[in-house]
Amino acid sequence: MQKRLIVNHQLLEIMVKRLCHQLIESHGDFSNSVILGLQPRGIYVAERVQNTLATIIGKSVPTGFLDTTFHRDDFRRRETPLTANATSIDFVIEDKNVILVDDVLYTGRSVRAAMDAMIAYGRPAKVELLVLIDRLYTRHLPIEPTYVGRRVNSLQSQRVLVEWQDHEKAEDSIWLINKSEE
Amino acid sequence: MQELSVRHLLGIKDITREDIQLIFETADNFKDVLNRPIKKVPSLRDITIANVFFENSTRTRLSFELAEKRLSADIINFSSSSSSVKKGETLLDTVNNILAMKVDMIVMRHSSPGAPHFLSRHIPANIVNAGDGTHEHPTQALLDTFSIREKYGEVAGKKVVIIGDILHSRVALSNIFALQKLGADVMVCGPVTLLPKYIKELGVKVELNVRKALEWCDVANVLRIQLERQQMKYFPSLREYSLYYGIDKKMLDSLNKEITLMHPGPINRGVELTSDAADSHHSIILNQVENGVAIRMAVLYLLASKK
Repeated sequence: MQKRLIVNHQLLEIMVKRLCHQLIESHGDFSNSVILGLQPRGIYVAERVQNTLATIIGKSVPTGFLDTTFHRDDFRRRETPLTANATSIDFVIEDKNVILVDDVLYTGRSVRAAMDAMIAYGRPAKVELLVLIDRLYTRHLPIEPTYVGRRVNSLQSQRVLVEWQDHEKAEDSIWLINKSEE
Repeated sequence: MQELSVRHLLGIKDITREDIQLIFETADNFKDVLNRPIKKVPSLRDITIANVFFENSTRTRLSFELAEKRLSADIINFSSSSSSVKKGETLLDTVNNILAMKVDMIVMRHSSPGAPHFLSRHIPANIVNAGDGTHEHPTQALLDTFSIREKYGEVAGKKVVIIGDILHSRVALSNIFALQKLGADVMVCGPVTLLPKYIKELGVKVELNVRKALEWCDVANVLRIQLERQQMKYFPSLREYSLYYGIDKKMLDSLNKEITLMHPGPINRGVELTSDAADSHHSIILNQVENGVAIRMAVLYLLASKK
């Protein structure tokens, strides 16, 4: 089985720290900024970013989870039905600077759905996108991330998998996997 | 990824415990949608739903209609009183004509038990039973059990008594099936003439004294006397029924514990429930109505996602 490690846990830690410093550069003290992790896997990244930011700037940035299931454009067009996850946003996003957070950016369709879902909660002042992995040349929509952990060249037959130690995995890591061999 | 085991929601009898759990979990998410500033999602925007009501309804029909609109479906409404059914058209012809207009789902209420089952064997659309005569009313049972789950955290192990006209009630039968599938303890209570003869075979307790029933239960689901379905006298007078089976605030307060009061509506105030009981803190009647929309959204969404 071809399962190639593309980011190990040390690199991943450095990557998250760098992304946090970039966030601080543009958001200052985060007085008007909030983080929204996209369900299901972006929420782990969002939690990690929130915790890392807390150790650097000494305060907790409001962080919520956004589920996009009901806004997706492939409902009834895919083989398996979509299962919804919880949305938990206990703050107002009206006029806030929202940082959408996901693990992997692929076709951009989830992000489009996320922006639709987010608008249902109010009109943010500004929206940015943070991803750990940006898969190059795979976009179906004109969507580009604001903050990128790493850009990766990959085939359509491959999948990028992000594993987290605190979510039942041995250690933090990012893998490139051939779908046919999963 | 989970999906329902059925293509139609004809009755609670036909679905599994896992189906009910899936509907509840999906309804949790829709309830969240209903509390947003924009209470609408685009999931069913390419679906057309016909609400076909051969029998009167306010709550169920409004609730379905709202659920469909919140999911962005296109809807058409049909009621038999203003249609060609009066001119002698058969059920199958009526529905086939509606389907010829490219309708994907049918929500139907009919006075004959089994009417939606009959339709499901002859037409390709998904069917949701919104009440068939005295048989089943699955979405009502789902929202009732969902409301119990919301209040107590779970349904399993709870003692639920259904009080009133069990004989003519589709809500009672669907509720019995749903509660049993979820592991609750079920009792029925009412005048002996309004209890079906073989009700014990469903595995429910039977109690004729309403006070004893209330002392036993955690939740009392009180039903309306369905005078429109009664071709003969089952009890001497409404006054007498109310005297022996009506529930008032005084009775609720005199119990040695807090119970929860439910009613599927419409309430006949002063008959099965007095106003002070219906409006007391025991009552979750309006929560039931609120949950109805979320439950119906979940049912429609899950059926639509089954191709």
